[in-house]
Amino acid sequence: MSAIGLKIPLPGSRHVLPGFSLSLGFTLFYLTGIVLIPLLALIIRPFELGWDGFWTAISTPRVLASLRLSFGMSALAALVDSVFGFIVAWVLVRYRFPGRGVLDAVIDLPFALPTAVAGIALSTLYAPNGWLGSLLVPYGIRLAYTPWGVLVAMVFIGLPFSVRTLEPVLGEIGHEVEEAAATLGATRVQTITKVVIPMLMPALLTGAAMAFARGVGEYGSIIFIAGNIPMVSEIAPLLIVTKLEQFDYAGAAAIGVVMLAASFIMLLALNGLQAWSASRR
Amino acid sequence: MSKNFSRPTDDPLWLKALLGAITVGFIGILLLLPLVLVFKEAFAEGVGPFLHAVTEPDTLASVRLSLIAAAIAVPLNSLFGVAAAWCIAKFDFPGKTFLVTLIDLPFSVSPVVSGLIYVLVFGMQGWLGKYLVGHDIHVLFALPGIVLATIFVTFPFVARELIPLMQDQGRDEEEAAATLGASGLGTFLRITLPNIKWGLLYSVLLCNARALGEFGAVSVVSGHIRGVTNTMPLHVELLYNNYDYVGAFAVSALLAMLALITLALKSLLEWRYADELAAVHRL
Repeated sequence: MSAIGLKIPLPGSRHVLPGFSLSLGFTLFYLTGIVLIPLLALIIRPFELGWDGFWTAISTPRVLASLRLSFGMSALAALVDSVFGFIVAWVLVRYRFPGRGVLDAVIDLPFALPTAVAGIALSTLYAPNGWLGSLLVPYGIRLAYTPWGVLVAMVFIGLPFSVRTLEPVLGEIGHEVEEAAATLGATRVQTITKVVIPMLMPALLTGAAMAFARGVGEYGSIIFIAGNIPMVSEIAPLLIVTKLEQFDYAGAAAIGVVMLAASFIMLLALNGLQAWSASRR
Repeated sequence: MSKNFSRPTDDPLWLKALLGAITVGFIGILLLLPLVLVFKEAFAEGVGPFLHAVTEPDTLASVRLSLIAAAIAVPLNSLFGVAAAWCIAKFDFPGKTFLVTLIDLPFSVSPVVSGLIYVLVFGMQGWLGKYLVGHDIHVLFALPGIVLATIFVTFPFVARELIPLMQDQGRDEEEAAATLGASGLGTFLRITLPNIKWGLLYSVLLCNARALGEFGAVSVVSGHIRGVTNTMPLHVELLYNNYDYVGAFAVSALLAMLALITLALKSLLEWRYADELAAVHRL
């Protein structure tokens, strides 16, 4: 595949096409103005009070509880999405049945549906008097207005990531590899656990990482269903908003920096995962 | 292969039924039920209250504001996407991979943080706050802030679709045209643009849906002034928190309709023009 990329640089070939300086100049200008300078404003803000100020803002019990909830629940949501995403992708890629196309298109709904709409719909659905919430009340289960409501919303918005990263890889594996394993005497369970899942591992992890990253930062679909009780069901993005409303800019920025750092780490991890899966093709 | 032979890798019927049932049940409960609920609640008291809710002046103002913000943000990001894809896909220069990573960055930033960064630049305690107040320029709690936040959250859409697409297409056609004496603009308009038009349309479609639906980032910079700085998603929140459920779900139904139209067009483009989209959408 990479053999095509082998090029013999001709003298001056870079300048056969026009518009390099113009397009790169505009790209860098726009990127710097819209993304980089405002992000810089965020990064240096909490440190105006020094490391101590940053640490004080971050280490209050309420902030720590919100970070724990956001990160913990999105890790759990990524796990749930990976398990169900695997089953959904398997069915959509391997089986042929009427309505498959519609079912496949619906997977992208959490991408397309505005988060506020998803938020009030989930909240109404899982409230104790809602269609699903009322079914759970007899069993003493409450999802809305508890930390588990946060999980429901995060699973909702994260699902397309795991399904969409698994589908193309699952399609590529094809029957040949599995048939080879079967011919060599592997049982069906062995084929799945020893051949298919290891081949899918980069895609599984990529999907999980994307769902996790999205869940950590998610706001709109969560705040309606979470109940937003400080120390219990208050997510970190909401606490940023609360601190802004109290004009505690440094405090809001401190939480923002932690979340931004997490985004950077996830981005690096995703790039690493991509390099890993590319090396296994 | 005879019909009587099943492949050793075919799942037995009971497993197909089980996994199929899990898939349909999971998607039905998790994804479809919320969608059904939106429309049911919007028309809970009939068509009259629905129409009344969506034609109410504050709702119309929120529709207008959302459309204006998207009408500014989407073309700007499209222009940026084409420019970025042109220099990244058609030229070689050091730091290209890093540049692509930076362009992708807004997708991994929390919407709330996306709004927060503009508050820290333009807010009262922000970098430019004193200057802006002194010159009576309103960025936050006004249209410019809403547009900036919308631009940020939809920043990578067009670029990340066009970069792989234009890299796949290479630069032979453009180089041939340039060698034969075509002008730069002529080459772009007659060679490049026809080659990327479906990819461009595809990404503009998704960019537009997100621009109209963005909630978190816009919520931080808007100031929530009813009928003035409330976009459609913010108006949904306001109505919902005021216990006006029919109103909240009526505006939600408009947004859900938009999402469904976007999904339908997206599927149509993936099915009809798969070869002319970035390779990641081809199954």
